[in-house]
Amino acid sequence: MKSTNLNNKIVNDERFTLAHDNVELHDHKLETKARGYFADAFFRFRRNKASVTATVIIGFILLFALVVPILTPNSVQTLMDPYYSKKGPRDTMLYDVGLNGSQTKTLSDRMLYYEFAKGIAAEFTEEEPVVSIQKSKESKYQPVVRYNLNSNTNYGSSTARYSAAVDQYLAVGFKYISIEQSKFQVMRDWEEEHNLKLLYPLIAVNDYSFGVDTADAANYWYKTNSRNDPVKIVEGNPVAIPYSQDMVFEDNYLRDGENNFVYRIHTGGGSYETAQFKVRVLYYNYYRYIYGREPNYLFGTDSQGYSMIYRLATGVRLSLIIAVLVSSINFIIGALYGAIEGYYGGATDLVMERISDILVGIPFVVVVTLFQLHMAQKVGSFVGLLLAYVATGWIGTASSVRAQFYRYKNQEYVLAARTLGASNQRIMWKHIFPNTLGTLITSSVLVIPGVIFSESMLSYLGIIKLGGSSTTSLGTLLSDASSIWTSYPSLLIFPALVISLLMICFNLFGNGLRDAFNPQLRGSED
Amino acid sequence: MGKYILKRLGLLIFTFFVIVTISFFLIRLLPQEMPTDLNLAAVIKARWEALGYNEPLLIQYGIYLRNIFTKFDFGTSWKISLTTPALEVMSDRILPTVIVNLYALLISIPVGIALGIYAAIKKNTWQDHFISTVVIIFVSVPSYVYAFFVQYFLYFKLRWVPTNVMYSLADAGGSYFTLKMFSSLILPVMALSFGEIAGLTRFTRAELTETLTSDYMLLARTKGLTRGQATVRHALKNAMVPIFPMLISSFIGILSGSLIIEQIFSIPGIGALYLFSINQLDYDIFMLMTVFYTLIGLLAGIVVDISYGFIDPRIKMGKK
Repeated sequence: MKSTNLNNKIVNDERFTLAHDNVELHDHKLETKARGYFADAFFRFRRNKASVTATVIIGFILLFALVVPILTPNSVQTLMDPYYSKKGPRDTMLYDVGLNGSQTKTLSDRMLYYEFAKGIAAEFTEEEPVVSIQKSKESKYQPVVRYNLNSNTNYGSSTARYSAAVDQYLAVGFKYISIEQSKFQVMRDWEEEHNLKLLYPLIAVNDYSFGVDTADAANYWYKTNSRNDPVKIVEGNPVAIPYSQDMVFEDNYLRDGENNFVYRIHTGGGSYETAQFKVRVLYYNYYRYIYGREPNYLFGTDSQGYSMIYRLATGVRLSLIIAVLVSSINFIIGALYGAIEGYYGGATDLVMERISDILVGIPFVVVVTLFQLHMAQKVGSFVGLLLAYVATGWIGTASSVRAQFYRYKNQEYVLAARTLGASNQRIMWKHIFPNTLGTLITSSVLVIPGVIFSESMLSYLGIIKLGGSSTTSLGTLLSDASSIWTSYPSLLIFPALVISLLMICFNLFGNGLRDAFNPQLRGSED
Repeated sequence: MGKYILKRLGLLIFTFFVIVTISFFLIRLLPQEMPTDLNLAAVIKARWEALGYNEPLLIQYGIYLRNIFTKFDFGTSWKISLTTPALEVMSDRILPTVIVNLYALLISIPVGIALGIYAAIKKNTWQDHFISTVVIIFVSVPSYVYAFFVQYFLYFKLRWVPTNVMYSLADAGGSYFTLKMFSSLILPVMALSFGEIAGLTRFTRAELTETLTSDYMLLARTKGLTRGQATVRHALKNAMVPIFPMLISSFIGILSGSLIIEQIFSIPGIGALYLFSINQLDYDIFMLMTVFYTLIGLLAGIVVDISYGFIDPRIKMGKK
């Protein structure tokens, strides 16, 4: 056997050599890269799928808030059309996939055919003043997107038979406007240039024009009875036309002595320049005439007629600015206050704790109210609100920093630093403070959704008024919609959706950060 | 224990006193508006003169405190309900607030705790993941969004409830406890409950998962208890230690109510009164509301801390 052979062998000393002669021995250099606290936190944060998703969504919302105001032309930012306010989302490119500005309503025969009549009127030509309903349905200006007979005949009164989706932009129909003499030719030229019809004949005021006193006067171009049902004249007497797809309206346009349609009426002013004329325009094309664009509002329009997408983006921007400002100011004050409290302890701590006890005891809504009542006049709502948030908001941060300082200040490494002659400042900020950063960052992030929420709530309640044509916050949008949202749900849905999304995402993001910064959880998720 | 409670109470009174003082001066410093009706203005002016509203602020403060201590008089309403004592104006409005919030709490507590227990027992199964995901969403979404949501769908679309706002006392038959009144409270109670349930579920789940993995659970199982027995007798009991004080503070919190829910559902409660008082600048009411909210907040805090000491024998209060 080999082993016995080996045992018998005698090995001479000189055959031994030192393995590590003339070599200095060191620890091996770490082959893997060292990972610091933040890198480690980031590493663990990345593995939390929900938080990463939330972060991406926050990124998108941020991008939305920053990019939309830049991409929106100035002309649209300030564009506020009184007739196109509170409308739903509409886009000519995406018209067929549902962005048709429509609202579903239950309509009676009278109201349904009233909508059809707008399409007929829009297709007016001097040769054929009244087209059939079938032809009007093909018209681009016909507001009824779709309709169907209600199967549930018990619904309300028997007259409300249809449920119809009506394009609210086209439903504005015709409007009377007052223009100067010189404008008339400009409009005619515009019509020719764009091959669109803008000016339509005026409507006669006679025994058959009952709609003339209403706001929709310009839409009642057909002869009606006192109940606004269309009529035809049979032997000098009005007879209601039965509602059907084949019905033919009898027009009530204003004609001059030679039976020509009248397009304008002189309403005042003497000279050529100052003379005012009343004309009847198709509002949809009039909009294109004045603003040079079709009414494309991806998110609809707000209660005043501004573009909702733009208002929403600026609202998100303002709410986030407030939230981030509050969060960072609280971060600084809270860190300083808590560090001093926690590090020095004793009487300093006792006094400072009492002060923060008192401040935190004042109900927040009272703080905001007092700041608004006392300061909003002098410094504006925005600064007033910011000050109110800062006045008591830092206390939570301070107490968590204080607790961390208590935990670390008597540890050996701090004692070592002190023995080596480090100043209080150095120990506080260089040795203890970095340990508190994790919790501090987490709580600062979680402040953001809190501020967004309370801002929106306070605006909704009317305690703060950040509104204005140039500044909007998410809460202002909500409070604008508060009294009318049941008729115009889109005014409320968009801001409420964005706020909810922001709250959910920031909470998830904050929770992810909290777990990532907590070294005790390291490895637990594997 | 007694010493600790006394110390906390002392601090509470001190804090409360300071806050009342600060609020008093800040509120009295606000400009006063007289009604446009000259007769009324003259009457109010005369009353103010008699009540010492035109004295220097410090003396006013002295009068204010004296009235509270001697007559329990917190001032008078000058705008909302002319010359009615402020305390009376407020006490009329406590009941609606309490009812709505109490209903919400009575629904939320059992549902929330049950869901939390279920999620904790089923930890890391699809049921748990589902509950946890829904909870994250429901905790984050603001209560007013639920309010709009239930109003829109349950009233405007489906008409499952008879009204979208709270009935007035007269409409509901003169009492807050009629069936008709209850039917009008379903929506606000729902709007309040969603967030409350989600919060409780999350809290219960977190506490229970922690106790379920404790060593004493292992011991209990080794002794021969079934999983169910061990959970009910040991884990649940211990998980309740932090949950119970939270519930107590919720019960105190129902007094202050929710400003926004009261606004949306037209509930004639405390929150609505607060908004009235600041919109109409009825300062005595505003002051009383401030005092009230402060006291509720402080009390909730101290009761939570003290209740820990009673519930959990491991916690020895005031001992270093």
